[in-house]
Amino acid sequence: MKRKSQNTTAFRRWPSLLFAAVLVLLWQGVSAAGLLPAFLLPGPVRVVLAFVEDFPLLMRHLGVTLLEAACGLALSVAAAFVLAILMDNSAFLRRAVSPVLLFTQTVPTVAVAPLLVLWMGYGAAPKITLIFLTCFFPMTIGLLGGFAQADADAIRLLQSMGADRRQLYRYIKLPSAMPAFVSGLKISATYSIVGAVVSEWLGGTAGLGVYMTRVRKSYSFDKMFAVILLVSALSVALVALVTHISRRLMPWDRSSHTPS
Amino acid sequence: MTPLFACEHITRCYEGAPVVEDVSLTLPAGGCVSLLGPSGVGKTTLFHVLAGVDAPDAGRVLLSGEEITGAAGRVSYMLQKDLLLEYRTVLDNVILPLVIRGETRARARAHAAPFFAPFGLSGFERKYPYQLSGGMRQRAALLRTCLMNNPVILLDEPFSSLDAITRRQLHAWYLDIADRMRLSTIFITHDVEEAVTLSDTVYILAGKPGRITRRFDISAPRPRDKAFSLSPDFARAKRDILEAIDADTP
Repeated sequence: MKRKSQNTTAFRRWPSLLFAAVLVLLWQGVSAAGLLPAFLLPGPVRVVLAFVEDFPLLMRHLGVTLLEAACGLALSVAAAFVLAILMDNSAFLRRAVSPVLLFTQTVPTVAVAPLLVLWMGYGAAPKITLIFLTCFFPMTIGLLGGFAQADADAIRLLQSMGADRRQLYRYIKLPSAMPAFVSGLKISATYSIVGAVVSEWLGGTAGLGVYMTRVRKSYSFDKMFAVILLVSALSVALVALVTHISRRLMPWDRSSHTPS
Repeated sequence: MTPLFACEHITRCYEGAPVVEDVSLTLPAGGCVSLLGPSGVGKTTLFHVLAGVDAPDAGRVLLSGEEITGAAGRVSYMLQKDLLLEYRTVLDNVILPLVIRGETRARARAHAAPFFAPFGLSGFERKYPYQLSGGMRQRAALLRTCLMNNPVILLDEPFSSLDAITRRQLHAWYLDIADRMRLSTIFITHDVEEAVTLSDTVYILAGKPGRITRRFDISAPRPRDKAFSLSPDFARAKRDILEAIDADTP
């Protein structure tokens, strides 16, 4: 039984693996053919070598970036819950805040980041702020939509049992909003890494963005590629982590596993 | 003698127009009363008032003579949809009314456990609702309703989503469990046979706004067995009710 499901997973994955392999081979071919100078377009082999060579350094920078991302993400999760519950309870607040919220999301991150650095200096504060600004929105929207979708009859049923407002959230609204929240969290998790890297470009002493700026300025494009791949891998790993946690937390969610 | 539960002259309006008007009914202890009427006649509106989740524009709701108009949580209430929460196990679903009253989860579970066998749910305590059949879901919802632990149970078309065979089985099962647990029930239904099978008294709700137009007493003694639905008494009651509905429906 288990074996069969593993086989089907492999079966579903092989086209994408094949395509990725073709791309890597193509990359190696273009690089080996010398169409571009080797330092401008290092081949995958050189990138891997650069990654291995700088591994300890990369891990140190990675730690800083991860810490910033985690702080920013944690703050935005907390803010998303508070804001969404407040907005869910007050139509006035919802009408007042929604357009402003939407507006904040239309401001390009890259444009705000230098200002934040000017205001808050080169420490972690502007970075966490930037991550917070980009991350809280998808989760707030997810939670708000989830609350609104909670079954009105289920709410009436719990009221007929004498449930108060807090119990309605605990037993109906929050659980019904969980799938939408997790979707938002997946988006926010990837934003948090990108947000951390972007904010590190603009100043700082450590972090993958700082490393990226340094190797770009010294034309070490093999290391540049290495760190780009690391950032991507990090985002993918975070999404996988969120998916894993959500499956553990929501065993009832049939979208994540097939009923027997 | 004061009836266990009664409502007197209930009127409920929406947007100025009455949906139900001057509805009075009584439920004796241990009794089974049906409210029979076509869709849209205001049965569910009336139930919201009886359950206390909505307040009437006129009239009173009485429990053992005490006025409980507009007070939720005094009578148990079950809607047509089973409304089992998909994210809780069957056991955690049925203990909800206890937990909401402030009972700890462990004590509520211990209290609910012995009811799983009579409700035909043994072995399904830790399953999720999607793993249950339609009949089991409905029985789980009924168990949750019973665990609200009020003497009066309001059931809004509890069996209407089931197929005819399962429904018939659940009727027999409900009559049995209602006797054993001494439940007093008000049913909403649009199914004449269901009303006759289950009740001591059938109220016909008809018209716009909905009013009680007739009242029938089904004298067959309880407990009733499945043979009752094939008996001349049953056929006579069914014919009387159908004729009354036809006479009241323009």
